[in-house]
Amino acid sequence: MTGARGFRRIDGEENLERRATFRTPLLPWLLVLPQLLIIFVFFYWPTGEAFVWAFTLEQPWGGGREWVGWQNFFEVFNSAHYWSSVKVSIVYAVGTSILAIGAALLLALFVDREVRGSRHWRVALIWPYAIAAPAIGMIFRFVFDARAGIFSVLNTISPNAWDPSLNGTHAMLMLILAGAWQLVAYNFVFFLAGLQSIPRALTEAAAMDGAGPMRRMRDIQVPLLAPTFFFLLVINLTDSFTNSFGLVDIMTAGGPARATDLMVYKIYADGFKGLDYSGAAAQSIVLMGLMVLLTFVQFRFVERKMHYR
Amino acid sequence: MKFKIAALAAGLALSFGAHDAEAQTRTRFTWWYGLSGQLGEVMESYCKNFNASQNEFEIVCTNQNSYDRALQNTIAAFRAGEHPTMVQVYDVGTTDLMLSGQYLPARQLMSENGYSVQWDNYISSVGNYYATSKGEMLSFPFNSSTAVMYWNAGAYRAVGQEKPPETWEEVEKAARALKAQGHACPIAIDFDSWQHWEQFNAIHNLPMATQQNGFGGLNAELQIAPLFRRHANNLIAWQKEGLIQIRTPQGGRGLADSFAQGECAMMMASIANHVAIGRTAKADLQWSVGMLPLYAGHNRTNSMVGGASLWVLKGRPAAEYKGAAAFLAFIAKPEQEQFMVSNTGYIPVTRTGFESIKASGFYDQPQNRGREVAMTSLLVTEPTENSRGLRLGNFTQIRALYANEMAAAFSGQKTMDQALNDLQAESNRLLRRFEQTYRGRQLP
Repeated sequence: MTGARGFRRIDGEENLERRATFRTPLLPWLLVLPQLLIIFVFFYWPTGEAFVWAFTLEQPWGGGREWVGWQNFFEVFNSAHYWSSVKVSIVYAVGTSILAIGAALLLALFVDREVRGSRHWRVALIWPYAIAAPAIGMIFRFVFDARAGIFSVLNTISPNAWDPSLNGTHAMLMLILAGAWQLVAYNFVFFLAGLQSIPRALTEAAAMDGAGPMRRMRDIQVPLLAPTFFFLLVINLTDSFTNSFGLVDIMTAGGPARATDLMVYKIYADGFKGLDYSGAAAQSIVLMGLMVLLTFVQFRFVERKMHYR
Repeated sequence: MKFKIAALAAGLALSFGAHDAEAQTRTRFTWWYGLSGQLGEVMESYCKNFNASQNEFEIVCTNQNSYDRALQNTIAAFRAGEHPTMVQVYDVGTTDLMLSGQYLPARQLMSENGYSVQWDNYISSVGNYYATSKGEMLSFPFNSSTAVMYWNAGAYRAVGQEKPPETWEEVEKAARALKAQGHACPIAIDFDSWQHWEQFNAIHNLPMATQQNGFGGLNAELQIAPLFRRHANNLIAWQKEGLIQIRTPQGGRGLADSFAQGECAMMMASIANHVAIGRTAKADLQWSVGMLPLYAGHNRTNSMVGGASLWVLKGRPAAEYKGAAAFLAFIAKPEQEQFMVSNTGYIPVTRTGFESIKASGFYDQPQNRGREVAMTSLLVTEPTENSRGLRLGNFTQIRALYANEMAAAFSGQKTMDQALNDLQAESNRLLRRFEQTYRGRQLP
């Protein structure tokens, strides 16, 4: 992010100097070729293929395809299931991001204040990020199990108070908690790094002026973390939209009654399980467009309001 | 030291050489299967046994972990020209493969490679699922099953219904009596369409769709049979009354576990669960197996087969097809059918296989008691247009629709009638899309 700003500054005289260091125009291309090749093979090629499929009806076994124009997109946009999938994806993304950023910030502030045992907490808090999503899904499925899990206590207090296998709201809540738990570790690392880069002199000066820990957090540390906030918000939202597949697959399989049928999961279910390659391709294109739009809006309008340093 | 190394190298060279020589004389061909866990091990034993039984061919087997993945990966490999010679495809994947035309028909494969097969030896309700509308089998029925009712005789003895009842009316009465005694879960169901919807229609001889369940053409339209509508509304009412609990894996414990642990006293599931239930049942669980219940006043028709069949794909060298034919002839032998039946919960697929297993006293052994019910259920009648199978496209998605609509109805988001109407409308949308994808193609 700061890198992008740095490059912009190079435009001008500095830029000319840099170019002069390559004797032939071929060399820089050769140097970036491996990277370009990887991007082409793993991104542009499949995306191109998806575009073709999205405008055709593709037979799964490759027996032929029929050009159908925008039909796949019309069908996607006219499907009530698709819009409900968009809705639950937004609920999940916003819920997970808010919860994960809030919890991570709180934990980072505590660790930064060197509360007792913070050294050990730091290690313990980074670990969850190394756990694969399906494993988290399995663990949380046990935790939230309506009959045997920790949450089953609710059912012993009042029967049927908690049942994520039939109640869509419960299922979504469960998924958000699991998703946020996974992201907290990642966010924590960034917040802690951000907090430790805030000059000690600032907080010490504030302390000298009589500001208590809460005041210092509110007026100095949190505002100075704004760029980190912004960065994590973008990452968390994008991650919740595109990376939630593993959790959904293990914990709810999109149910009950599509209450957790997130967009990525729907693409997988329609395309790979249902063998509707074309419908799934159209949905991927829409999701990709949405991600581009989301990131664009965030950088264009939100980042401007951030001031660094 | 030098000598040692030289000796080692020589030894290695010799052993590799020997291995190579053996492999070269054998023709290799590949098989991808979808069963995993203990069933996967049984598949692996088939491969080992086949390789040990002859020295002309070598089968290389790959476990794909699930039916879904076996099909997905095979399609991906097929598109890249790297597909296996033979693949195990589950029942509802049949329509897609038939339309693709990318397979070698079973009859052609066997006759070209010099095997004569008695095709009418296959149990007709099994073979017909994988056959053309004229009755020619295109793939080999392999691991096969059908749905049955599992009955907790110990629990239901208390209300005077120790034997599994024949009709839904009796099931209802017994469940209500059991509930009155404080039992929390007289009946367990889940949202799986196979045993709760497809089999219900088959045994009542009701169509799932027009055009003879799709055998007559891709323009088939899905229907909700009025009797099923009544049944589904009954299920909702019984759930509200506390006679039925929903047991899904997402809820922590699926049907089979709930039954085996004695929590739920009745369920409908595949006969393939028989072995696992026998092994994991609570120590004092007394249980038996009955045919799926009927509504009073209806005659029983055969239930439908489920499971998977083996397809041989086009585009491999001819030598591999010789091997595939040899393997398919190998697994059709009665002793191999016996191997399948005694190591899994699946059923024999040929008449001679069934007879020889029956004659061996297999079904009289205490741990196998009740498994013959599946055969009785499949053989009740000759298959009708409604019970021979389904030829509906996008059926995996239709099954998912069923699960979602049932979940919506059972959680009170819509009435059962609304859910069934939506199921019908959405399914027909999927069928039309499928028809358009394969425009101009005919089912064989």
